[in-house]
Parts: sequence; structure tokens; C-alpha cells
Amino acid sequence: MRRSSALLAVAALALSGAIAHARLVSPQVSDAAITGASLPPKLSDFGFFIHPDAQVPTLGVTPYALNTPLWSDGADKLRFIYLPEGTRLHADGEGLLRFPVGAAIIKTFAFGEGTSRRLIETRVLLHRADGWVALPYRWNAEQTEATLALAGARIDVTSPAGEAISYRIPNKNQCKECHSLNGAVIPIGPKARNLAAEWLGDMVQAGLLDQVPEGAHRLPDWRTHATGAAAPLARAYLDVNCAHCHQPGGMASNSGLDLRWEQADPHAVGIMKRPVAAGRGAGGHEFAIVPGAPDQSILAYRLSSAEPGVAMPELGKSTVDPDGVAVVRRWILEMKTQ
Amino acid sequence: MLRTTLAAALLASAAPVWAATHMIAPGADAAEKLQEALIMAAPGDEIVLAAGRYPLRDGLSLDVAGVTVRGAGPALTILDFTGQQGSGEGLLVTSDNVTLRDFAIENPKGDGIKSKGADNIIYHRIRVTWTNGPSASNGAYGIYPVESTGILISDSEVSGASDAGIYVGQSQRITVRNSVASDNVAGIEIENSRDAIVTQNYVTRNTGGILVFDLPSLPVMGGGNVVVSGNLVAGNNTPNFAPPGNIVGNVPRGTGIMVMANENVWVDGNIVQDNPTAPFMVIAYSQRFDDARYNPFPRNVVIGENMVDSGATDPALPGAPLLLAAFGGALPPILWDGLSQAGAAPALAVTGDIAGWSLNLQRQGQALAEAQPGPLTAPEQGIKWDASAVGAPPELEARLK
Repeated sequence: MRRSSALLAVAALALSGAIAHARLVSPQVSDAAITGASLPPKLSDFGFFIHPDAQVPTLGVTPYALNTPLWSDGADKLRFIYLPEGTRLHADGEGLLRFPVGAAIIKTFAFGEGTSRRLIETRVLLHRADGWVALPYRWNAEQTEATLALAGARIDVTSPAGEAISYRIPNKNQCKECHSLNGAVIPIGPKARNLAAEWLGDMVQAGLLDQVPEGAHRLPDWRTHATGAAAPLARAYLDVNCAHCHQPGGMASNSGLDLRWEQADPHAVGIMKRPVAAGRGAGGHEFAIVPGAPDQSILAYRLSSAEPGVAMPELGKSTVDPDGVAVVRRWILEMKTQ
Repeated sequence: MLRTTLAAALLASAAPVWAATHMIAPGADAAEKLQEALIMAAPGDEIVLAAGRYPLRDGLSLDVAGVTVRGAGPALTILDFTGQQGSGEGLLVTSDNVTLRDFAIENPKGDGIKSKGADNIIYHRIRVTWTNGPSASNGAYGIYPVESTGILISDSEVSGASDAGIYVGQSQRITVRNSVASDNVAGIEIENSRDAIVTQNYVTRNTGGILVFDLPSLPVMGGGNVVVSGNLVAGNNTPNFAPPGNIVGNVPRGTGIMVMANENVWVDGNIVQDNPTAPFMVIAYSQRFDDARYNPFPRNVVIGENMVDSGATDPALPGAPLLLAAFGGALPPILWDGLSQAGAAPALAVTGDIAGWSLNLQRQGQALAEAQPGPLTAPEQGIKWDASAVGAPPELEARLK
């Protein structure tokens, strides 16, 4: 064992149930696969999982969760961070944790519960010397391996709501569309403000993070979406689901709409802001947000649509997120009219 | 990665001799092969699309610099997005020095081809068509470069866009040439952009022909230095079919060449016929805005010698019958709202013999109902400005040869 820590002990415990299969795959993460110049054809080339179909991570691969997660057609998401031996994360305020070169972020998308759970895809972000690389891997029907899906794919799945949908695995470029800021690929999820203080504390304890960042754990816990205060929930939801594109330097910068959590200018957030290039996405409405009137707000209209050309977000969404729409509508409804 | 390094080093030169060619032909796996080629191409490579129809369910994207995507011709190689299920456009380009040529995009659900932050891009012999004709359910823009420096659009054709057929936004060094824009809401729109020339295009059956706009609250503002010359702008009288809420939804049918806000716009040598609301329209931004950086007034728009008919015989304006009666059956060809920025260059100069009329509005944002129409008086000379940077950089022209 390379490290001893509370986190790894938990991983090892989970591992004991999977030991019979463990010999099938590499027990060690391949640093060469992460930092090399190639695009590994198989997910197992990285050795992130010791028991892939159960998503049991190899030692050194640490699971994490987000307070408010990105909606992806209701898929379950299993998130992991890998740090090369002898490295750690660095706190950088409430924003993204700083990752050392050689680190990887892994996210598996699954549908179904218990024994009927099906892994659909695993997306990896590899921190190479010349920047981050984002790659999508598609799981086979046997759930034994996931292979690189450079061009993406479409897969028929049944959503948790019981809807039959054509689930889209993004292509490599589409990964970058959301993950780019000022032309460079960056992670989106692991921002200190969206991570539990307890997890961050454990990471510090384990020597995997230099300190608990200032401004950690600010975003609300999405599980409170039905009853929690609308404004923080809605702003968190927009930050997590929209702001990677809708911010200066993001893919939708030309819209002038800035949906980041920290944006304080009401007009930039969309309040009484006219659309620029919305086209029929405007749905006959004149403003992104009309306080008190979700039915007249382009933002709510586009979130409520699954039709390409209208739907927002443009990628990673085949169905509408009813909980997200409800929170955003409640927020707009409660806004003071001008 | 010797090959990549060499190809990257060669990017600056005209044609890397050992660039690879990726051949794509129609067939069951063509969509996947094409997207893979767009991802795996090295700088300098060419992706060649054989003639035929390519049904696509998802948007395509290109993020490698210096790649050429070439079809067999805009009538022969057709990327068909009629069954599109995802993405906001047909093709998205986010890399520099890309050449797109000789293919068509049909029926994208959103925009046709969008290039963002993609400097020195060429669109040549590209066709984007919504085959059902004008409809509010069509996508917004056909050819859509934005936030880029160096744009050459030539010999291309867009029809059916529910916003603008050819739309250039928040960019500079732009040429739109030898192209056809028909049956869109706006034929060609240059928005929040500088150093652009729109020339030798055929712009017809749109709601409005050629629009030069500057809008508030955008990352890039201060549009200007735009030349609109030698275009045929005829019969733009299609009822506005833009989904409400968009700025072009306010363009009245029957508009020929329209300038809103902007500085230094030269409109000369165009043939402007059968645009029955206003062959030429020069106005300030009319809506409320809250952006201290924004100048809502046109400055130094010069209308020179254009071939124009007698003017607006069927204006889509409030009080049209009274106006027509007052002006003797046709409104003079130039419509100005009467607004200019105090202390700045005059909004409008007319160097030729084209008559005009003014709404004589007194302040930005004033309601049309308060107009006090009267004949136009405008200076006969504009103010000279440096047009040397207008148009796409010469190396783009060289790349087409």
C-alpha cells in the first residue's frame, strides 16, 4: 500500500468484496497512460478501477461528490480523483482545486439501481504537461470494459423518470466545448465552494490537499431543492449547469450572459437582458429573466425544452430536469418586480 | 510526434507538402468517420467529403488549426441535419486558419456553421439551406462566425435562416463577397464588428437585406469601419418571420440596407430595388439600455452613388397611408430617424443625389408615434476615415488560390 489514510481504508474495505475479480485488471494506476501523448484506447489502460463494473477504485483513486451536481438526463455519477504518488491538491479560494500534472479526474455515468445498474460511459480528464485532455469512454454491454469513443455515440436508455431516451456520449471536441476557458481545457466540477467541508478536511488529513480552502462548501446541498431557499439553489444550479459556457472566456461568451455563482450584476445574470443570438430559442420572449414572470423568461423557457436549437444546455441533455426547472422558476417568481 | 510538430511549424506557410488527406464517403458509418477525422486531423490536413448525402444526428465540431474541409461542391456534398438530435449547430469550428469549402449544410436545428474564436477562417462555396423556406422554426444563423479576426466568406449561399443568413458578430477584418442570401429574416448582418466589407452579393427575398448593427451589453462593442458596396439588394419584402424577442424581429419587411448605431459606414455603388419600406435606413438603437460603454447613435454613415428606385411604395410603418399621401405616393429612398450624437460626426451624409426623409425624433428611445416626418437634410460630404484595414487579411485571399 502506497499510502495509509482514512480514505484509502474505506476504499480497501469496499475492495474486499471484489477481490475475486481483482486479478483481471491492473492493481496500479498507469501514470504513463495519463501523462503520455497517446489517447489510450481502453479505460482499463489507466487502471483506475480494480473492479470496473462495481466501480471499485484502485488505491490512490479517491471518490468525491458535489453539493450541487450537473444534470445529465438523471444519470447517476460516480466521481473520482487520481493523484500521482507524492503529489497533492492545492487550495485556491472557493474556485477549482489546483491539480498537479499527472492527476486525473474520472466520472462514470450510470443508469439503473442495484443489480440492474448499467454503466454507460466514463469521462476522464487527464492533466498532462501541456494541459488537460478530455476523453470519453463507452462501456460495453458486458460491463467489462469501456473503449474510447472519440466521435461520441448515442445509446438508448431508460431514464430514472421512466422515459426512453437517446442518451448522447459527447465526442472529444464536445468535451472541450464545456471544459474550455480562454481556449484552454480545464476541469469544471471540483470547485471548493461545491465540495463538502468534511471531504476537504479528510483530504487534508490524508495529505492529499494542502489546506481546506477559504470559501469551501458554499453551494447548497441539491438534495434540499424542493424546500430550500430558491435563490442560492437556483444560482448554484446555473453555476454548475450553465456557467462553464456562459462566462467571459467560455464557449457562450458572445451571449454576454454570465451565470457564474459570483456574478453580482443582475443584468449580466440575465435580469431584463435581451437575447443576442438566441434565435427561436427566445421562444417569443424579450428577456432572459423577467422578475416575477418565469413564463416570460427565456432562461426558464430554454431549460424547459429538450429540442435541439432551443434546449439549454446544448450538450449533455436529452431530457428536461424537472427539479432544476422548478428551482429556477421559483427563484424567478420570487424576484421583486421592477 | 514529429509529424505534428512539423505540420505545426508549417502552419504559417501556404501549403504543407506532406499534409495528410482524410477521405470520407457516404455510408452507414460516415458520420462517425467524419467526426473522428475532424478530431484526429493534424494541422495542415485536408478532410475530403465525397459527393453524396450524409445524414447526421449530432453536431460536428473541429478544433484543429489549419485544417481544410472540402466537399465535391455545394450541390453535391450535403451534410443533412434534418434528423438532428443534439447540439446547437451543424458544424462548430473553434480553431484558427480553417478553410471550409464546397459543401452544403441542410436543415440544422440551430445554427448552420458557427465558428467562434476561430481567426483567419474561410467559408468558400458553402451552402446552408433550410429546405422548407422561411419559417420561425428554422435555425437562427446560416453562416455564423463570431469573436474572430480575419473572416472571408465568398461564393456562398444561405436561405431560410430565421435570424440572419450570413451573420458576422463581434469580429474584425471581414469580407463577405460574391454570395447569395435569400429568404432569411436578415440577408447579411454585420454586428458589433469592425473593418468589414460586404460586396458583390445578391441579397433578395429577405425581410431586410443588409444590416449593419451595433448592440449594447456585449463583450465586443463599438462597431464601425464598414463598407457596403456593389451589392444587388432587391425585393427584400418577406414578412418578418423571426421568433419574437430577437433584435431582427423589429426589422420591417421591405428594408434594403439598414445601419443602426455604428461609426464610419460607407454605402456606395449598390443596386437597391423593390425594397418597399426603406431602401436605406439609418437609425439609432431604439431600445432602453444600461451600458455606459455603448454608443447608440450612428456616426458618419455615408450614402454615396447607388442605383435606387423611386423609394418606398408600400412601407410597413405606422401611418403608412398618410405618409405616402404626404410624400406623393412614395417615401424617398433614405429613411433617417433624425437622431445623432451631440458633438460627434453627423449621423448621416448623402454624397449622391438620393432623396430622403426624417422621422425628426428628438431623443434616443423615443416612440415612433412621436415622429414628425419631414424631408431629409444631410451634409453632402462625410468625414474621411482610414479604410486600409477593411476586409479579410490578404493571406486569406492567397489561401483560396
